[in-house]
Amino acid sequence: MINEFDQIFVLLQHWLVSFLPAAVQPPASVLVSVTAIVCIFPALFALTTVFERKGLARIQNRIGPNRVGPFGLLQPIADGIKSLTKEDIVPLSADAAVHFLAPIVLVVAVFMGFAVLPMGRKMVLADMDTGLLFYFAMGASTELSVFMAGWSSRNKYSLLGAMRAVAQMISYEVILLLSSVTVVMMAGSLSLTKIVEAQNHYSGGLPHWYIFTPWGLAGFVMYAIAATAETNRSPFDLPEGESELVAGYHTEYSGFKFALFFLGEYLAMFSISGMGATLFLGGWSAPLASLCWVPSWIWFFSKLMLSIFVFIWLRGSLPRLRQDQLMNFAWKFVLPMCLLNLLVAGLWRFLGDGWLRWVACSAILLVAYAAMGLGEMHRKQRGPRSYRYAE
Amino acid sequence: MSLVFYILAALTIAGALAAVLLKNTVHCALALTVAFAGLAFLFLNLDAQFAGFAQIMVYIGAVAILVVFAILLTKNSETPKDGVFSHTWLVGLLVAAAVFAMLSWAILQSVSRLPQAMPAPTVTVLQIGEALIGRYALPLEIVAVLLTVALIGAVIVAMHEKEGIQ
Repeated sequence: MINEFDQIFVLLQHWLVSFLPAAVQPPASVLVSVTAIVCIFPALFALTTVFERKGLARIQNRIGPNRVGPFGLLQPIADGIKSLTKEDIVPLSADAAVHFLAPIVLVVAVFMGFAVLPMGRKMVLADMDTGLLFYFAMGASTELSVFMAGWSSRNKYSLLGAMRAVAQMISYEVILLLSSVTVVMMAGSLSLTKIVEAQNHYSGGLPHWYIFTPWGLAGFVMYAIAATAETNRSPFDLPEGESELVAGYHTEYSGFKFALFFLGEYLAMFSISGMGATLFLGGWSAPLASLCWVPSWIWFFSKLMLSIFVFIWLRGSLPRLRQDQLMNFAWKFVLPMCLLNLLVAGLWRFLGDGWLRWVACSAILLVAYAAMGLGEMHRKQRGPRSYRYAE
Repeated sequence: MSLVFYILAALTIAGALAAVLLKNTVHCALALTVAFAGLAFLFLNLDAQFAGFAQIMVYIGAVAILVVFAILLTKNSETPKDGVFSHTWLVGLLVAAAVFAMLSWAILQSVSRLPQAMPAPTVTVLQIGEALIGRYALPLEIVAVLLTVALIGAVIVAMHEKEGIQ
């Protein structure tokens, strides 16, 4: 019974496909999986918009949406109808073809990323040998669509936003990749199902997730920073900083094309959170051995929504960075730490079991972190934090 | 040769032709990206997953962006009035035709020399990694040094410009 519940979606798919003749069954089962992904994640997006507006409202001491439906829960439906019925305005000087293609390219590239995410036991659309590589290849193609949107609008705010976005995404993509490479080194595979399997065993009831190791924790923190920057979320939301650039690269988009950009941004958030959960938080595995009876997909989506909650929390609490701070942070602080983390991961592998590797690896990372932080503070002649007006 | 191959080949060639023939430089860059994507899909069609995804990541994710940045950050990104074609297009055509003829000759020769029914090799990413670290470690290191030199060179060029302004 528990097993059936765990595999409910897989069984459902087999049941649906079994009505068809045997010749068309393989493509039909793929079609069913794709349909499920294309339906579930936009639905999750609709829920998240309410969740985000409500959460931000709580943080800012407001009430938030409460007009449409109970607790404003039907707000996304109203928003959807609104964006479908609004006029689609294309600026006269815009490059019509590129302007039209940009949001489509973005959403397609983002949706492709979900193909390799294992969302539960045996619940992966394409179990590729090179899943991680596929995911990052798809992530890299979203940058060009952002540029296409900004350039084709013929608006200086759009172009500035696009340039900022591309520069930021390229810089943080390096960090995203380098922090994931440590996991590949440990798991010995680029296949995401194998990475989850490598973390899915327990000792003393506790899981062997990669976040519970020194290099894994450091890697996860850097992955989270890079993921926030890669999805253009606050505090790294310079590409669409509304007080500086109106709305950045999608200033000149209206109606459903704007909704597509909005959708793409949230889908990217889901997929990058899912990837983080897969790499560092054990994917669909349960946090305690005694909780293994809960279906695997519940764990995956819980971890995903928890990451979304952290994204919203960060957006509500942190101010936006400046462009030079953003670049300095990426190239002068996080990137060296990433490279060091690669060495530490190698050390962890070859020191063997025992307490020595815990002490050595933690010490190296902590000393490097403190030394780089203090060195930078000293270089900028910044003492302890002082408050001019808040005393 | 399957239908998929012909579709991908047509896509790649169309992208490459558009990259040469279009008037607007940014359009050319975007068309070039289509050609890159077509090449990546051709690799994937041949079951070379690593090469295909590396092609997407490096060429679409980085090189295309670099091209686009270079176009936008240089002054003469507007289309020149007298068209984008060089005056010496006839010579260019001759050189291109010669290269094409030589390549086709080499490829056609190889078809007759090699046995026809070669089993498709199954290469996993693990094997590629082992080959890179084991047998081809020296070429890999040389490429790494070359890239580092290029990186340092780029930084020095950029720094020199900054000093000139001050």
